[in-house]
Order: sequence, then structure tokens, then C-alpha cells
Amino acid sequence: MHLAELNIAHLRAPIDSPELADFVADLEPVNAIADAAPGFVWRLKESETDPTATVVHDYGDHLLLNFSVWESLESLWNYVYRSGHLASLRRRREWFLRMAEPYMVMWWIPEGHIPSLAEGMERLERLRTQGPSPEAFTFKDSYDSSEAASRPAAAEARK
Amino acid sequence: MRSDDLEALALLHDPVRRSLYAVVVAGGGDVGRGEAAEAAGVSRTLAGHHLDKLVEAGLLESGFRPQDRKGPGSGRPAKVYRRAQGERSVSLPPRDYTTLASVLADVVAELGAEERAERAARAAGAGMAAGHAGEPVERVLDARGYEPYAEGGVLRLRNCPFHVLAEEQPLLVCSVNLALCQGLLEGLGEDPARATLDPRPGECCVTLKQTDIDIEGE
Repeated sequence: MHLAELNIAHLRAPIDSPELADFVADLEPVNAIADAAPGFVWRLKESETDPTATVVHDYGDHLLLNFSVWESLESLWNYVYRSGHLASLRRRREWFLRMAEPYMVMWWIPEGHIPSLAEGMERLERLRTQGPSPEAFTFKDSYDSSEAASRPAAAEARK
Repeated sequence: MRSDDLEALALLHDPVRRSLYAVVVAGGGDVGRGEAAEAAGVSRTLAGHHLDKLVEAGLLESGFRPQDRKGPGSGRPAKVYRRAQGERSVSLPPRDYTTLASVLADVVAELGAEERAERAARAAGAGMAAGHAGEPVERVLDARGYEPYAEGGVLRLRNCPFHVLAEEQPLLVCSVNLALCQGLLEGLGEDPARATLDPRPGECCVTLKQTDIDIEGE
């Protein structure tokens, strides 16, 4: 099985403002690290030609979304915390507001399946309201794919 | 104190085993039986015997590396050894600082007090330099368990001394670790900017730029 991951961030200022300029400048190199990372499968892109284009969505302009698929928890963890992405992550407070609620969710998906953004947002909502489960979890409370496979939600997704 | 930890560590009392363990660790990856034997100055058979004992005790892991030569007569894959993932520690009287550090790290993250933690770490790093005036930073880092090694003009650190916590709170712990190393450099009278974050899987997140003199010396 593959791992889907959605995270949202609350922008401090509009994406085209000077406050966000360094973040926007980081988009291309940091996304390039993701694309080349071992275990990377897919990520939602707004544009194939403009690397600085962030995902356009219906959940409010103040929210920035990252939505990607990975071969394993470890491959995603290594990208997030053990690559050049970490330096960018350390500056998150300059660009994003702190969120009291969980802002990142993961769940297992059948290989070859690309989940919809709406499903991702539902998973995040589920994590926020019901806490971590094999259907919606975080690095701190993670579940391996065998735990997810035995649950009905995974069976549904396979249809 | 867990008795299997004590038993595993007691195996290293044997000087041959200890040097084989050190050779495998310094290899940073898979080390063959022959390589280990040669570096430790013992026969292949003796090395194999002791390496397997270390595997049995869970200090090393073994695997197989395919032979370079292919086809008939190329022989079996070579047995290789690497450091085991798990940690072993013995403390008398029993101490548990990890649980406490984990609780405190969660609080810092919850408060969003990372910058305060980094400032405190920088001061603590400077304090670590006390008594090491004039020593090269790599020797101080080595004594603190970072296992430095040179690679392409950069000093990399093979071991993360804060591994368990770095897995739990990577962002906080790696930032604190960087601040510690910068403070240490400062305390030693060196340029703190030598230390930067350049994380990669399985190693410490901090690297140190070599000084100009070292680069010329390469």
C-alpha cells in the first residue's frame, strides 16, 4: 500500500506579498527535493510549467495545501525531516500562523490510487474530531499499512 | 537496568570484539568479514566468530552482499555487518533522562518556544567548550558521541546523540542540536556559522564546514 499525506498551513500574508517571498522562492528547490526523494510517488501540482504556482482550492485563500503520495512512512519522514526541506520547515513561523488543531494527516491507500483533495480534507477533519486512527493519523500516532488493510475504510477505498 | 543490555555490553569487554565493533561502526554501512578482520588485525575465522557473537547479542546486524563477479564460480554472497538500530544503555543507579526530555520537548513544541530552546542550547553548547580550549571541534564532538568524519570538505556526524528525541520531535531537536553545535564552536573561539543543517537519513542533522586550512591540506 501507499501512503497519502495532506497538510495545510495558514498563511500570515497573501502568497504574493513580500513577507512570503522567501517561501515562494523555496518552492521550486524544495519541491525538486521531494520529486527526487526515495519513495516519492505523486504530489498535487497546480501547474506543470510554473513551479511557484500553489494549489488553488475551495477551502479559503489563507490556506496553503500540500497533498502527496509516498511509498512508506519512512520515505515521507526522511523527506520532511532528513532533507533540505528541514531548513525551510524551520522558518515556518515567519510564513504561517500556528494552528492549535492538527494540520497534517496521513492514511494508507491502495497502490495506483490517487485520492481526491476532498477525501484528504475529510481525513483531516476526522483526525481533528475523532483523534488518530488507522484511517487518519500523524507521525506521532502512526499506524502501519497492515493495520489499515484490515479496516473497512481501506476495503471501501479499494472498490 | 535491563539484564540483556548489561550482557550485550559486557561482550565488548573482549578487546578483539571491541575493535571489531569499532571497525564496523566506523564503516558507516555494510562492512565485510574480511575488511573487519584486516582492520582489527585478526584472522577471518576469528573475526567471523566474534562478529556473529555481536549479532547474536543485538549489537550488530548482518546481511548479505552479492559478489561483484557474476556467473558460475562466483561463490556465495559475502556476509556483511552493520551497527544494529537499537540502543543499549546501562546506568547505575538506574536513571531515565529520556522520558523527562521527551516530556519537556513536547511542552516546548506545544508552547511554540523553539527559539527560546535554541537560545538555551546555544549557551549550553558554549558551556560544553569549557576545559577544551584549543582543541579541534571534531575531537570534542567525537568525545560527545557524534562520530565525526570528513566527506567532500565537510565534517559530517554519523551518530545523532539525541536519536530517540529527534524521532519524536525532529524539528525542535534538530534545531536545538544545531544551536548546541554553534554554541560549542563559539565557546572554542571558532566561527559558529561553520555548523549548518544538512540532514540526511540515518545521520546527525548537523554538518560543519571545514576550515580553509583543512581544505588546503586535503
